[in-house]
Amino acid sequence: MKDLVRIQVEDFSIEEEIARVKMTSSETGAVAVFLGTARDISKGEKIMCLEFEHYPEMAEKKLREIRTRALDNFNIIEMGVVHRTGKIEIGENIVLIVVSSRHRNDAFMACEWAISELKRTTPIWKREKTENGEVWVEEHP
Amino acid sequence: MTGKVDVIKLKFFAMLKGLVGRDEVDLELTLPTTLLQLKSVIAKEYPVLTELLEKRKLLISVNEELATDSTVIKSGDEVAFLPPFSGG
Repeated sequence: MKDLVRIQVEDFSIEEEIARVKMTSSETGAVAVFLGTARDISKGEKIMCLEFEHYPEMAEKKLREIRTRALDNFNIIEMGVVHRTGKIEIGENIVLIVVSSRHRNDAFMACEWAISELKRTTPIWKREKTENGEVWVEEHP
Repeated sequence: MTGKVDVIKLKFFAMLKGLVGRDEVDLELTLPTTLLQLKSVIAKEYPVLTELLEKRKLLISVNEELATDSTVIKSGDEVAFLPPFSGG
């Protein structure tokens, strides 16, 4: 059984991740999903592909903390977070957050909070490969 | 515990790997010390990081937890230098 929170090189199945979160309780009445994908333009420049690097132990710890804090602070049932690392082609999946709750508003709020918190606190870095070379992205909008 | 030369592990991520030229270094120094003192050692050892450290553009973790200037560094600790995150 895969962990609800993890970092992996390979792509993930959105349906499987939703099923994993949804099935944790028969009280689930809503599931909110955020999927981050690789776009081809950044600051006006054409992107060929992305490369992600992470601090293995710490990044996974921070993602687990996000789930724990979300369960403590929002009226939700379960949360799954999957982030990919390594080379990612344009259009491919990068990150998935799945939140289940009894009513939709709690799932929406927790999902929004979780992706913002991930960008702020998790040691993951993105490198963009463009026609003019490779650059580490510094901001986290 | 005081005045002994010991070893800590330094880790550099993302753009810092390129600047320092390595992703991991064992550093010998007298422990315990504070992160503030360690930062001045690092600035001397790796002048390329001085400006980033002074402008506080880096986060620093000790044993995978974000640290502050007063965090105490002990033998065997893992100190990681983290440029601004860009995951998600």
